[in-house]
Amino acid sequence: MNPVNYLYLAALLFTIGAAGVLIRRNAIVVFMCVELMLNACNLTLVAFSRMHGNLDGQIVAFFTMVVAAAEVVVGLAIIVSLFRSRHSASVDDASLMKL
Amino acid sequence: MSALAAANAASTGEAVQFWVLGTIAVIGALGTILLKKAVHSALSLAATMIILAVFYLANGAYFLGVVQIIVYTGAIMMLFLFVVMLVGVTAADSLKETIKGQRWLAVACGLGFGILLVSGLGRASLDTFEGLGTANAGGNVEGLAALIFTTYVFAFEITGALLITATVGAMVLTHRERIERARTQRELSEQRVREGKHLPPLPAPGVYARHNAVDIAGLLPDGTPSELTVSQTLRARGQVRDVSRQALEDLKALEQRAEERLGRGPSEPQASRPQGRKEENAQ
Amino acid sequence: MENLIALLVAAPLLGAAVLLCGGKRLDRAGHWLGTLLAAASFVIGAVLFFDMLGRDTGERALHQHLFSWVPVESFRADIAFQLDQLSMTFVLLITGVGTLIHVYSIGYMEHDERRRRFFGYLNLFLSAMLLLVLADNYLLLYFGWEGVGLASYLLIGFWQHKPSAATAAKKAFLVNRVGDMGLSIAIMLMFTTFGTFAFGPVLAATGQASEGMLTAIGLMLLLAACGKSAQVPLQSWLGDAMEGPTPVSALIHAATMVTAGVYLITRSGAIFNAAPDAQLAVVVVGAVTLLFGAVVGCAKDDIKKALAGSTMSQIGYMILAAGLGPIGYAFAIMHLVTHGFFKAGLFLGAGSVMHGMNDEVDMRKYGGLRKYMPVTFVTFGLGYLAIIGFPGLSGFWSKDKIIEAAFAKGGTEGWILGAVTLLGAGITAYYMTRVMIMTFFGEKRWQPAPDAGAVPSAEPAAEDHAGRMPHPHESPKSMTIPMILLAFGSVFAGGLFSFNSAFVNWLEPVTAFEHGHPPISAGAVTASTVVVLLTGVGIAYAQYGRRPVPVVAPRGSLLTRAARRDLLQDDFNHVVLVRGGEHLTRSLVYMDHTLVDGVVNGTAASVGGLSGRLRKLQNGFARSYAVSMFGGTAVLIAATLLMRGV
Repeated sequence: MNPVNYLYLAALLFTIGAAGVLIRRNAIVVFMCVELMLNACNLTLVAFSRMHGNLDGQIVAFFTMVVAAAEVVVGLAIIVSLFRSRHSASVDDASLMKL
Repeated sequence: MSALAAANAASTGEAVQFWVLGTIAVIGALGTILLKKAVHSALSLAATMIILAVFYLANGAYFLGVVQIIVYTGAIMMLFLFVVMLVGVTAADSLKETIKGQRWLAVACGLGFGILLVSGLGRASLDTFEGLGTANAGGNVEGLAALIFTTYVFAFEITGALLITATVGAMVLTHRERIERARTQRELSEQRVREGKHLPPLPAPGVYARHNAVDIAGLLPDGTPSELTVSQTLRARGQVRDVSRQALEDLKALEQRAEERLGRGPSEPQASRPQGRKEENAQ
Repeated sequence: MENLIALLVAAPLLGAAVLLCGGKRLDRAGHWLGTLLAAASFVIGAVLFFDMLGRDTGERALHQHLFSWVPVESFRADIAFQLDQLSMTFVLLITGVGTLIHVYSIGYMEHDERRRRFFGYLNLFLSAMLLLVLADNYLLLYFGWEGVGLASYLLIGFWQHKPSAATAAKKAFLVNRVGDMGLSIAIMLMFTTFGTFAFGPVLAATGQASEGMLTAIGLMLLLAACGKSAQVPLQSWLGDAMEGPTPVSALIHAATMVTAGVYLITRSGAIFNAAPDAQLAVVVVGAVTLLFGAVVGCAKDDIKKALAGSTMSQIGYMILAAGLGPIGYAFAIMHLVTHGFFKAGLFLGAGSVMHGMNDEVDMRKYGGLRKYMPVTFVTFGLGYLAIIGFPGLSGFWSKDKIIEAAFAKGGTEGWILGAVTLLGAGITAYYMTRVMIMTFFGEKRWQPAPDAGAVPSAEPAAEDHAGRMPHPHESPKSMTIPMILLAFGSVFAGGLFSFNSAFVNWLEPVTAFEHGHPPISAGAVTASTVVVLLTGVGIAYAQYGRRPVPVVAPRGSLLTRAARRDLLQDDFNHVVLVRGGEHLTRSLVYMDHTLVDGVVNGTAASVGGLSGRLRKLQNGFARSYAVSMFGGTAVLIAATLLMRGV
């Protein structure tokens, strides 16, 4: 098997995650889909690291994880406070962009 | 394993592992976006992430594989589950699309994007894999550490700042400052009287002596269930059981069994009352 | 000595500023201040004049550079004065006649509660007019030109409570604007052609410019002169300008401002000398206006309007003379000065008559006034004799020279121009005799006013007479003394100027002089002039002196009726300009509504419609926006791949 298949898998996972972001209304699930996309990227980075024979790709993937962790902390806090004020976790309910 | 990772072409074992686990990962991803309940989505995602951790290991990223399990599956996904628990279940869980054309557009975009990515990958010349044999020679963790604390030390330090900021941000977002005196019980009751709703405590749920009955709506005098008697969360989840009809049937079955046990015929005065009521209903 | 030049302008300007800003505290003494400053200006002018006489001919011109107004690279606009013999002549005329009329106004405007403002305006006029003639470049001249226009506007409309006065002021302003446009275009052409607009460099460099350009500049200058000097076709405002107080008519609309056009053409003589076509246009304009004004003057019953027609006609003489080139410039200016004396005197006399007649201006309601106002009669009579060119008086000397010069033009042109000027002299004699007879001779035709309301006593001076029978009386000393002084000028100025060709020699360094050679001898010209004027006087006497003058004007011939209406000038303007303008604007409005607004509104509507559709994309749902973003990313990647594939 050619390791390039990892890249195909990552592309598939990324696309599924993106579709989830677009389709789901529950903010938490949307968030999970974002995490899925990030993970797909990480898989790509790891595969490229193997391809080039150095560890920089893994370093970047590591940083991605850290950033994702920070993002989850803040994002979930936002969801919680949103739920407190609106009693809903639907992203469609936060539609103040249209007056 | 390092030998595997170093090889240009993966071994048969890795191939088998890829196809089996890859399939499961895709199924998990699809589950994440297709399952109705957020908890199920989270569990599907956790499965996918664990499989990704295995793939990291297979690609020679041992440190990342472990971190993936600890950080993602262990911490982040648990955080998700906590929030799901906190937020509870709302109408957002419905999979019914409300924006016209959104789903079709999303699917079309997703398909187009996926096809583009795949075709892009197919056209790229990605045949030569050098493998990580040399890079991991001194140990994967040691190699990463050397990079992080030399080349990427600034980025690493800044990530620390980012994490601190995120922590403070989360606290600011979720912490609610009390800006006025807490109202006393007396004031709360006065407010209830002034607003003129639910003066007495909320009615108790119905009782049905078979199990925990908090999910059974109490019946109003005319036999209809009262929404007020069950918790809001249960109502949102649609888990309220309507037992008004079933209770009558159960009662009837119980009486019949009791009569059989006691070996008595149907006692006229006792049996005639429900029957009579039925007849009245029929009439 | 040249430092005094700025004072000439500054003195009346100071008066204007003080009087117009001073407020009511100055009401009691304001007219004395205004008169004093005008007189001061005259004294300075006289000092400069005698100083100039004391120097050699070649060194007489003085220059004073005050400061740079707009110094920008090659564009240099300076506040700088030039006092040469031509300017000197004007300075003395303006300040001299101006001072006399200031004195006259003290009496004439005695009962007007806005007298202080009137004197402020008069001072403003003097200052602007002096600036006009003292400027050493065309831009500063333009400044003064606009200044006198403003003062003229303010003074014509001085009794702005009369709608006719307000309208007349507006009309004068608008017609003058056409001429001013010509002057500004001429200045721009000069700057593009010569790179400067100072008199010296421009007039010295006329040889370098093409004749076409010089003709264009000349025609534009002629347009300016037509506007300011009420020449055909921009003459329509002068008759209406008589709505202003009579001293204004005398000073501005007879003696000084209306002659600014003659000054402009004479000053720009070098340009016209090099552009024969423009010169021909000047001559034609002068000749046409000469007859036009004379015909109008014959038909008017309003004494001031008859005199206004006469002014137009006399300025026509000057313009004609100025158009003749070096043989005529000096005579144009000479006639200008003598005309300044006798026409101012005539207007002041008319004002005096009106003063005594309850502000009645209709000559058919005068008659036999010589017994009641003898001083006015004598001074007016001397002015009359001067204007018709009675031998020996001022008008004779100057007009005769112009007629001679017209004949001297040579060829057919010379004969035609000579005939026109002779005819003009005859008509002048006719209409002035008519005015004289109708006013001072014959039966008295004035009646007690039937009632107070019917008397057109808009002049506040008449308020204490209103409703009473007019009782003609001699005017106060402050009015008669200026008239007497002007009468002296009317009688002796021409002779003085012509003595030993003094005036021509005086002006020669500025305007150059060529002795004209008329095809007939000078004596014959003079004789025919005298014959023509006697004929005119005789006809007028036969018509008005031998028969009683009807109080109500007879219907008259077609020409008379047309002449009463200023030879249909206003009707022509109305039909051609007003109606034409209305049609033009209406069609422009239609164009604007259909075409321009159509495009604009159509664009607005289509943008609005498009936005209405686009805003449906903005549904406020973040997911929807995410789809757009995602789709956009996909398109970008596709484009990148395609580009790399190519």
